[in-house]
Amino acid sequence: MCRMKSSEIPTAALVLGVNVTDHDVTFKSLSEVLQDNVTPYVVSLQAKECPGIKHLLQKLMGQLMDCCVDVDSSEEEECVNISQKKIRCSMASLSKWYESVTKKTGSETPSKKRTSSSRHWQSPPIVVIFKDMESFTTKVLQDFIVISSQHIHEFPLVLIFGIATSPMIIHRLLPHSVSSLLCIELFQSLSCKEHLATVIDKLLLTTQFPFKLSEKVLQVLINIFLYHDFSVQNFIKGFQLSIVEHFYSQPLSVLCCQLLEAKKRVNSLSHNQCENIRSLPSFRRYVENQVSEKQIALLTEDSFLKEVTQTLLEDLHIYHENYFTVLRCLHVFTTSLPKYPLGKQIRELYCACLGKRVWETEEYGSAVQLLRMLAKDELVAILQKCAEIFISSGKQFSNTVEKLEEFLARFQNLEAETNEVQDMSVSSQKELQKKTDLYHLQKTLLELKESKRSKKLTKFEMLRFEVVDFIDSLVRSYLAPAEMQTLNEVVYFNTANTLREHLNAAPRIALHTALNNPYCYLKNQTLKSDVGCISNTAPDICIVYKLHLECGRLINLVDWLEAFSTVVTAVEGTDPDSVATDQVDEIIHARFIRAVSELELLGFIKPSKQKTDHVARLTWGGC
Amino acid sequence: MPNFEHPEYPEATLLHLESMVPCRESQVSSLLSIFGERQHFSFPSIFIYGHTSSGKTYVMQTLLETLELPHVFVNCVECFTSRLLLEEILTQLQSLSSENKHGSHVPCDTFNDFVRLFKQEIITQDLQNQTVYIVLDKAEQLREMEANMLPGFLRLQEMTDRNVTVIFLSEIVWELFRPNTGCLEPFTLYFPDYSIGNLQKILSHYHPPEYSADFYAAYINILLGVFYTVCRDLKELRHLAALNFTKYCEPVVRGEANERDTRRLWKNIESHLKKAMQTVYLREISSSQWERIQQDDGESGHLKGLSAHAHVELPYYSKFLLIAAYLASYNPARTDKRFFLKHHGKIKKTNFLKKHEKTSNHLLGPKPFPLDRLLAILYSIVDNKVAPTANIFSQITSLVTLQLLTLVGHDDQLDGPKYKCTVSLDFIRAIARTVNFDIIKYLYDFL
Repeated sequence: MCRMKSSEIPTAALVLGVNVTDHDVTFKSLSEVLQDNVTPYVVSLQAKECPGIKHLLQKLMGQLMDCCVDVDSSEEEECVNISQKKIRCSMASLSKWYESVTKKTGSETPSKKRTSSSRHWQSPPIVVIFKDMESFTTKVLQDFIVISSQHIHEFPLVLIFGIATSPMIIHRLLPHSVSSLLCIELFQSLSCKEHLATVIDKLLLTTQFPFKLSEKVLQVLINIFLYHDFSVQNFIKGFQLSIVEHFYSQPLSVLCCQLLEAKKRVNSLSHNQCENIRSLPSFRRYVENQVSEKQIALLTEDSFLKEVTQTLLEDLHIYHENYFTVLRCLHVFTTSLPKYPLGKQIRELYCACLGKRVWETEEYGSAVQLLRMLAKDELVAILQKCAEIFISSGKQFSNTVEKLEEFLARFQNLEAETNEVQDMSVSSQKELQKKTDLYHLQKTLLELKESKRSKKLTKFEMLRFEVVDFIDSLVRSYLAPAEMQTLNEVVYFNTANTLREHLNAAPRIALHTALNNPYCYLKNQTLKSDVGCISNTAPDICIVYKLHLECGRLINLVDWLEAFSTVVTAVEGTDPDSVATDQVDEIIHARFIRAVSELELLGFIKPSKQKTDHVARLTWGGC
Repeated sequence: MPNFEHPEYPEATLLHLESMVPCRESQVSSLLSIFGERQHFSFPSIFIYGHTSSGKTYVMQTLLETLELPHVFVNCVECFTSRLLLEEILTQLQSLSSENKHGSHVPCDTFNDFVRLFKQEIITQDLQNQTVYIVLDKAEQLREMEANMLPGFLRLQEMTDRNVTVIFLSEIVWELFRPNTGCLEPFTLYFPDYSIGNLQKILSHYHPPEYSADFYAAYINILLGVFYTVCRDLKELRHLAALNFTKYCEPVVRGEANERDTRRLWKNIESHLKKAMQTVYLREISSSQWERIQQDDGESGHLKGLSAHAHVELPYYSKFLLIAAYLASYNPARTDKRFFLKHHGKIKKTNFLKKHEKTSNHLLGPKPFPLDRLLAILYSIVDNKVAPTANIFSQITSLVTLQLLTLVGHDDQLDGPKYKCTVSLDFIRAIARTVNFDIIKYLYDFL
């Protein structure tokens, strides 16, 4: 039984999700962990490096011989000898190599062994990672598995398949005769959305880093993530790009640092920088709201401005500290609602609050409505969570915590009171039964009806309203949008357009604009022209491009040339009729041919075999 | 009295051999008579074929080893180039008689070199008076090597002028090997599949020592009853037998049944084996997981097989790209107007089809479509405006690397690439459901 089992190759199928760009990091840390704890022999292979079994073995052995150097520096010389010799890439030489390596470490003195390989297993397995299982050809994988299964007794081998789609791919790539040589176990990584949530939580929803993204920028980054690539790596790159852009384009970004440092820097601001502050829209708004003497002082005295700036920066800092705590608290409330009117993830809530006054939005209104209908046990649980958040955030919320705890206590007391209320209603019922004459009966019935219509709120409902109002007041006072804050331009990066241009480029559109409207790039006044008409001063390729937009799938070259020459000769101001001989000017002909071949190079047309003297159009949607 | 008779070998060896190769007696005895005595010249080449696990490799190995004949055993899958193959043969030949197990490395590039070195080696090893056997396992790989390899091996005896026999082991028939240019015909020998009786006999042969042979034979009988219809592979059956035997023994170990209580044991194991057929046999779950389940007893409900994880999470536009690709693959291009134009007028299904389009497109499989059609469909099925950004194009490429789309023909991006959608209807319906897109309404086959 053991013999049968050991002939199977242990295999891990690692399902990582479609965000292929993030996989490299995962594999890197995986192989580091393996190298630290299990075995020095970890090899990672990529499909593009292994078009054939020969290349695969070459890569495998190359990496193994290298990592042998890593194990122990004393072995370095011998290993170099091995790799200098032309390696015979066969499994036999691999198993020979493995035998020699393990024997060597075994025969070492015990003390040395402890230092070098005590963390590793007794006979460390060779781990082969196939990074992108989908791209490997069936033949290479099959051959490799068949060959290595014959040598599994000579050295322990473990395979790891990196899978981007679903584990079904194993059955698609490997026939039963091959997959029966494997002992496959499935491992699933966290979804990329969870990784994104962690990144946002650690990078954005914290006061640790002074740099912030505005709503639009964050929306651009999140949209690229959700709509296009699911890549956390790209999200981080976009974030880095916005940092670079912010510090490059915003002169006052010099103040975007930790509060103490920023206060110091304010003192050393030059006059020009002070002027910069004065020209900030948010600062102007602030000035307008001051009394006139202070306005004059702010606009003329640099030293006074610096003082005010320091306090304003401090205000901004405090604003952020409160902001994130209240945001998390609100998130606790909104996630418990059905249908999530304000979003399930905290990032959605954050986006909603960043952009505008959240309490003025429709979604917020419906969320509050729903909150007013929460059941008691839910509400209590949420309040407890909120209290924890406020307690962990620090002292500035001690009042709020007290208030929340008071609410919780009152909820506790409610239970006792409800019993009394029930007694009351029961007694009125009893009264009803006592009354026997018609007049009294009618009167009491009417009274009962009245009281039902006015629907006196129970104590619980009153309390619930109070709680919701309290939360609402918190939101209104702390979750004001960042744009309203004075000096927000210092820490918020808000040119979403630049970011979008860089990260979500539209090459087709750019090319079309360049060819259709060359003025956009060349900025030559003579090129300014109305839409629709073909300017004759434009570069040849633009003329040819515009003419080809008017054609169908197949373009007659002769007609095209004719049209081209008509447009071009109109430039030179000559009367088209006088030159309208059958012969086209040779120079114009040459220019035409050059322009057409440029278009071909750009991939707009290709030569066609269907019809002589015709080219086929490859793009659509231009007109 | 042994089945095998041969003047060369002692009776004890032959008897031992017979016990080693159950159900293959006739093949072995014909091989023995072909081999003749040690110093006799034999056939220059023997071609043995038979289905997977019909005992070809095992029989040859046991035969050559028990009779202590000088031989070289090479697997052609492992030696994937001719150079590796020839060098491997020479290295093994070196270590035949001499003490050192690892012969030194002999560089050998061509068949010509091989013949020369082979002759030298025979002399140095002093093997002139015996037949040397070269066994080439998985010989079908030889067809993919240089054209001279196969004819060369077939005529090795003649070319080297030494007493050598080359034995080819293969799963396919000789007719598929025969080169166009003609060659020396080998002696062909067929190993038939094991019958159910043979399988029963062989599998029962290896019964664990702590249980009686009858008990194990009864178990094998039940096992074959379940698995024989789907699997005749001896290796796989042995693997399954080993995996499930502990479960079979359970009632006996617990003392609830004795070894003869076949009916009770059968009741205990049958459903278990059927479950094994759906899971561990298909490698849906690994054998170690299977054993863990057996120990935990019944906790298998939450352990899902590989195919259960069919769901793939995709970015929003990738989903629509895939849906558009699916529509483009399975709808005739002429019907796009009907599906994606707002005022398409009334077009009846019957009068705008050609005759051949009446068969279901899903039966015919996906058809290739150009990139522009994909984008045009994408623009019309996505609600908001999509700009043809670089990200959209790179998403198409990543769908190709994920093997959800395939590129048809050349991969020249400038020259109007064509794609096919390779996902199944179930898969695309699951994807479409996540974006609230009713794909059935857009599929021509379901109109």
